[in-house]
Amino acid sequence: MSNQPNATATGAAGLGASSYLEFEKPLLRIQSEIEELRRREKESDRDVSKDIEEMTNRLRSMTKRMYSHLTPWETVLVARHPQRPLLTDYLRLMVRDFCELAGDRCFGDDRAIITGFGRIGPHKVMLVGHNKGKDTKERIACNFGCAHPEGYRKALLKMRLAAKYGVPVVCLIDTPGAYPGVGSEERGISYAIAVNLMELSRLRTPIVCAVIGEGGSGGALGIGVGDNVAMLEHSFYSVISPEGCAAILWRTGEQRKRAAESLKLTANELKRLGIVDQIIPEPFGGAHRDPATAAANLESHITDTLRELKRYKIETILKKRYERIRSLGSFFESAQSTAQTRARKATAAASRTPARTRRTASRPADPVDAPG
Amino acid sequence: MQNERTDIPAGVWERCQSCGAMLYREEVEQNLHVCPECGFHRRIDARTRIAQLVDPGTFEEFLDDLTPTDPLKFTDRIPYPERIKSQQKATGEREAVVVGRAYIRGRKVIIGVMNPAFIMASMGAVVGEKVTAAIERATEENLPMIMVTASGGARMQEGMVSLVQMSKTSAALARLDDAGGLYIIVATDPTTAGVAASFASLGDVILAEPGAMIGFAGPRVIANTIKAELPPGFQTAEFMRTHGFVDRIVERKNLRPEIARIIDYCGK
Ligand SMILES: [Zn+2]
Repeated sequence: MSNQPNATATGAAGLGASSYLEFEKPLLRIQSEIEELRRREKESDRDVSKDIEEMTNRLRSMTKRMYSHLTPWETVLVARHPQRPLLTDYLRLMVRDFCELAGDRCFGDDRAIITGFGRIGPHKVMLVGHNKGKDTKERIACNFGCAHPEGYRKALLKMRLAAKYGVPVVCLIDTPGAYPGVGSEERGISYAIAVNLMELSRLRTPIVCAVIGEGGSGGALGIGVGDNVAMLEHSFYSVISPEGCAAILWRTGEQRKRAAESLKLTANELKRLGIVDQIIPEPFGGAHRDPATAAANLESHITDTLRELKRYKIETILKKRYERIRSLGSFFESAQSTAQTRARKATAAASRTPARTRRTASRPADPVDAPG
Repeated sequence: MQNERTDIPAGVWERCQSCGAMLYREEVEQNLHVCPECGFHRRIDARTRIAQLVDPGTFEEFLDDLTPTDPLKFTDRIPYPERIKSQQKATGEREAVVVGRAYIRGRKVIIGVMNPAFIMASMGAVVGEKVTAAIERATEENLPMIMVTASGGARMQEGMVSLVQMSKTSAALARLDDAGGLYIIVATDPTTAGVAASFASLGDVILAEPGAMIGFAGPRVIANTIKAELPPGFQTAEFMRTHGFVDRIVERKNLRPEIARIIDYCGK
């Protein structure tokens, strides 16, 4: 990625002891030692600044090393970190002149999805994002980021408003999943998500999506279809929570680490599988150690992506969007012999059909149209 | 062969799982696998469904060669490829959906039928691809798209590869809709989760079989969340009709004429 600000040097040292995750215990030990040194420095005349500097460097390099090799389960913990920046933090750090628009004009205003106009860099945008809530009261009001049907309807309504005036849409995803409740089913949660999937595929304005924390299944996907889908480095995106997967497949939640590994839910794995287009780097030690840098990285990703998309006519964007969606997750083979498979693939490519070759092989006659 | 418990010759008599009546198997089959006593609609596999719905000898299958791979290298109690192989052996099918061209009472259609006998017709890459390709054919050939849905949801063993099939199928339906195509859904037991929240909810007309379970979240998950008992009849076809998400509850024996009638009303 280009133009990403570097992580600040202060980040790793700034956390209180309670913010350390279980697997970060070695980091906490070093930090305690640093604090101990500082305390002694005050009490005596001995100069320990060299020691402190050395320990601080050690803390930084250890944090960096640890965060470059997070296990999938550790990634899940970081993505759910109580101090991880949420939608409201990004609104504060990245969006200027935010103008919230509420309500689905049908049932109510779901606080689990926040929508409104705002400015990111040089772009006017319609911002749509999951809201998890900062304190207990807010968290209860927005069901911990689990949206009801009215949330998805509100999102679509505001996106249509944006499309009417050619304003691009930015979706920030951070949800454990759609709300599983009686009212949710009565008001058609399946239908609400399905309609969004269909309508976002043909919404006549650029759509940029980014997973900023938890990408929880259909509840995430309901605002997760667009021209570019990215993930913050330590976010995750999964068809089911590791706990849920473990409960179903191994009949015990204890296997959640194994489930997290099996589900291939990290940004790296999903990039490899072609499910997401880009990974947005986080400051070292995770977004929660330095929210300002995380927001700056996200902002420059959104700004760059929108600038690129705006070069194309909407028809081109829609065609590319369909091709992108159409080619997602095309992992299958033909049961025929290899030779037949090759022949079939050639025929398929020459005509209209699927497979991973589609984008390149199936459309040789389609020049990408000139920036307009 | 004798059934040890009852002295009843196995395979001739069976008990209705809803009303408990002892039923003569052949009679149930002739009754389209609906209990003659209580009207309970049993789950049926894709081939049985196709034989019931389309004009004899008109079904022309496509993409039947597609078979799953193992993109996640997933192992639960057994490796995913082994699970697939055993399901393929047990059902004689390569995957959980059958798609093709056929006639229903003389009307040419593209039809897809999900097979609850195959890993509860969960949706992985092959199901997503076949459903999408079928919708694309309906769009190109200007034919009504008929989808008989049944699914436990996403194929967990294919992870996010499975989830994105929801967007893929729904995007194809947007194009069918743009082209003025007709999409009729027959929701059967069970139509849930990722399939319910994508192509199984997007019909121009949605029919459902009586008593079919239709819903997004699993009832146990919901009961755990709300910490209360679920209302009677929750997430049934009738519940969905009451709340405005199903057009008509149609008994199995009436599906053919009902589908034909809707095709005619839509001028297709
Ligand atoms: Zn019965």
